[in-house]
Amino acid sequence: MSKKMFEANVKANDINKSRRYFLKNVGIASTAALMTNPAPAEATASVANPDAEITVAESLQGHFVLMSDKEKEKAIERLEKRYTAKYGKKTTVSDAPAPDGVLFGYALNISKCIGCRRCVHACVQENNQSRYDPEIQWIQVMKIPKGNFSFSADKLNKGYPESSKVGDHGVQVGGNAYTPVGGLSTEEAQNYYTNEEAVPDKNYFYVPVQCQQCEKPPCVKACPVRATFRDPNGVVVIDYNWCIGCRMCQLACPYGARRFNWGEPNLPPAEMNPKTHYFGNRPRMRGVMEKCTFCLQRTREGRNPACLEACPVGARKFGNLLDPESDVRKIIATKKVFRFKEEMSTYPKFFYFIG
Amino acid sequence: MEKILSFVLDVGSYAIKGGPKYKAWLYFLILIILGGSYTAYKQFTEGMILIGATDQVPMELFFANFIFTAHVAAAAILVVAPGYFYHRKDMKELAVIGEIIAFCFVATGITFILFHMGRPDRLWHMFPGIGYVNFPNSMLIYDTIVLNVYLYLNLIGISYILYKKYIGEFDTVALARWFTPVIYLAIIWGPLIHICTAFVLSSNARMGEWATAVLPFGFLAMAGASGPSLVILLFLLIRKYTKVPVNDSVIDLMSTIIGWSLGIIILVFSAEYFTALFSNTEHAASLNFSMFGHNGLNMYMPWFWGTVGSIVACFIAILIPKIRKSYDRWLPLLCIMIFLSILIEKPMMLVFPAFSPSPLGEYTEYHPTLIEYSNVLFTWAIGFITLTLMIKGAVGILSGEVRYKKTTAST
Repeated sequence: MSKKMFEANVKANDINKSRRYFLKNVGIASTAALMTNPAPAEATASVANPDAEITVAESLQGHFVLMSDKEKEKAIERLEKRYTAKYGKKTTVSDAPAPDGVLFGYALNISKCIGCRRCVHACVQENNQSRYDPEIQWIQVMKIPKGNFSFSADKLNKGYPESSKVGDHGVQVGGNAYTPVGGLSTEEAQNYYTNEEAVPDKNYFYVPVQCQQCEKPPCVKACPVRATFRDPNGVVVIDYNWCIGCRMCQLACPYGARRFNWGEPNLPPAEMNPKTHYFGNRPRMRGVMEKCTFCLQRTREGRNPACLEACPVGARKFGNLLDPESDVRKIIATKKVFRFKEEMSTYPKFFYFIG
Repeated sequence: MEKILSFVLDVGSYAIKGGPKYKAWLYFLILIILGGSYTAYKQFTEGMILIGATDQVPMELFFANFIFTAHVAAAAILVVAPGYFYHRKDMKELAVIGEIIAFCFVATGITFILFHMGRPDRLWHMFPGIGYVNFPNSMLIYDTIVLNVYLYLNLIGISYILYKKYIGEFDTVALARWFTPVIYLAIIWGPLIHICTAFVLSSNARMGEWATAVLPFGFLAMAGASGPSLVILLFLLIRKYTKVPVNDSVIDLMSTIIGWSLGIIILVFSAEYFTALFSNTEHAASLNFSMFGHNGLNMYMPWFWGTVGSIVACFIAILIPKIRKSYDRWLPLLCIMIFLSILIEKPMMLVFPAFSPSPLGEYTEYHPTLIEYSNVLFTWAIGFITLTLMIKGAVGILSGEVRYKKTTAST
């Protein structure tokens, strides 16, 4: 069903018959045909099952960090070749190292966020997530009610225990208990409001959640093979070719930031972003974990993450936490800043602020 | 070498011989395996999207069943320990049956983990040397180590005892020198596999229902109830259909262990539920969800109350001497009930509801797919066919029907 919806979306977009859109349709039509009818799949098996294209060398490659420079070069060459063939466009896989003396930090103004989810879609386009079956998004926007006004004077003397013949010792649990009043609580959060809904709804506020890039990441601790680790810039990254898909990191993450490729990712060639990084947005395979990397392929070049660029209200700020002149440092110094789920002792480098 | 070859051949040919009921049981398991190998192939080629797991509930039936196999495997030492620690003559001969159960269930558990992995083809990343092991930190590594060591300890124990008995050189004095330490290690290792499995769960601070110190104790108590239930069933079958003697005293010891374990389960979970529910903070959220549902999502409710009721009922039943001593009627029924209650407890009480609320407050019900059920049955069928054949072979040796000399004379 999601595939049909997706095709419908593509058709709606298909107003001008430029070559770009033509390619997009061809790509989708061919994958759709291959998925419904396995018989002609053999003719173009390379598109139907990219796993078949993974060479023996790639499946035997070691942990990327432990490779020699020569092995790294070869691994990258293999990937570039495979992606270029699969998506029909020249793909580069960078292994640009982490810049020195930088600790990346992010700040998000929850009083400005309007819940439009442009960041979510910009992220999906930039980072080559699977578009449907499974549909993967790294940012999730919580829609939280601003306040609950069901307090009532009628309930003043109601509650538990009720006065009885045994004796009246006063109400211990008042009748106005169990009426949440909003605030940054996940309890009343609605994460699945539709795209058609007008935002912002004045009765709600919006809190986007993505990987918090913890300084003490529980996911890294849980990974049995160190496929996920903290890079020198403080960003938690994944070697998609080393991940064994055990999902222990997903179990450990208190922010629900990790996404699993339950099936073969469906990334239409026309929408694929060919400028990739090994630890960042290169296309993933079935059965591995992925998550936000602060757009590592951009930030290692000194650019801003895609979600920040997409934000229409400027609620998002990114920078170097070691640089006192950076946006993030100034925000931490001057605004009312807090970390999400501080009690989990993860020390995120993603800060929320008000004002 | 010739001896080993004839050992394998004799035990193997004895194991597949049997009456029509025995044959029917084997064919039934083979049928499930044949059907399941198709769905297993589907899952390994198309990915885990074919099963019910999502990013909200990432642990599936395989993981839940894996925990259960660890229960039974750990409990199998309860057959070995009385023989070797307390020198009970009636148990020492049967110790090898306990080790076979342990071996088969650890092997089944490892098969479940293969289904649980997103990339089983990359399992070699976990081997020290060629892989890259996150040793001091990852609890999964500890669990892998203890499970594998337990598997091989038991394999050594089983094959050594059976082989020596087969060639008629079973000498307790010579045995004591190196074999007794191996058995003692296996006995200590039993609880260890269980504690590590519990730590894999309880080390996740964000899982409110799991991050509790009683989890290993609850697990051990559940092991003590589910494992001996299976042992009693097997012993009753062995006693009925073979010449291997199993005294009433052995069955009684097992049912006593079950009784105590059920009592401890009730104690541990009452303590846990009290602590969670008295203050009713966010740590009790998933417990509330499985007890009372959440805004109409109440799929787990009947399973929760059904399992709790069944465990309490079994506890009361096993305290009644008449039921405990009814070896051919009530006791086997009770054992089946205990075994199934704890098997069902795993997904429906422990694993699935624990994921609601998710870190962002989502409540999710888990619906396994047919392929998932089929793969679970497939793994269980492999486990039970191994168990059946190994126990049948062991029975042949223990009853003296399979002997080295005899076969050479006959051929």
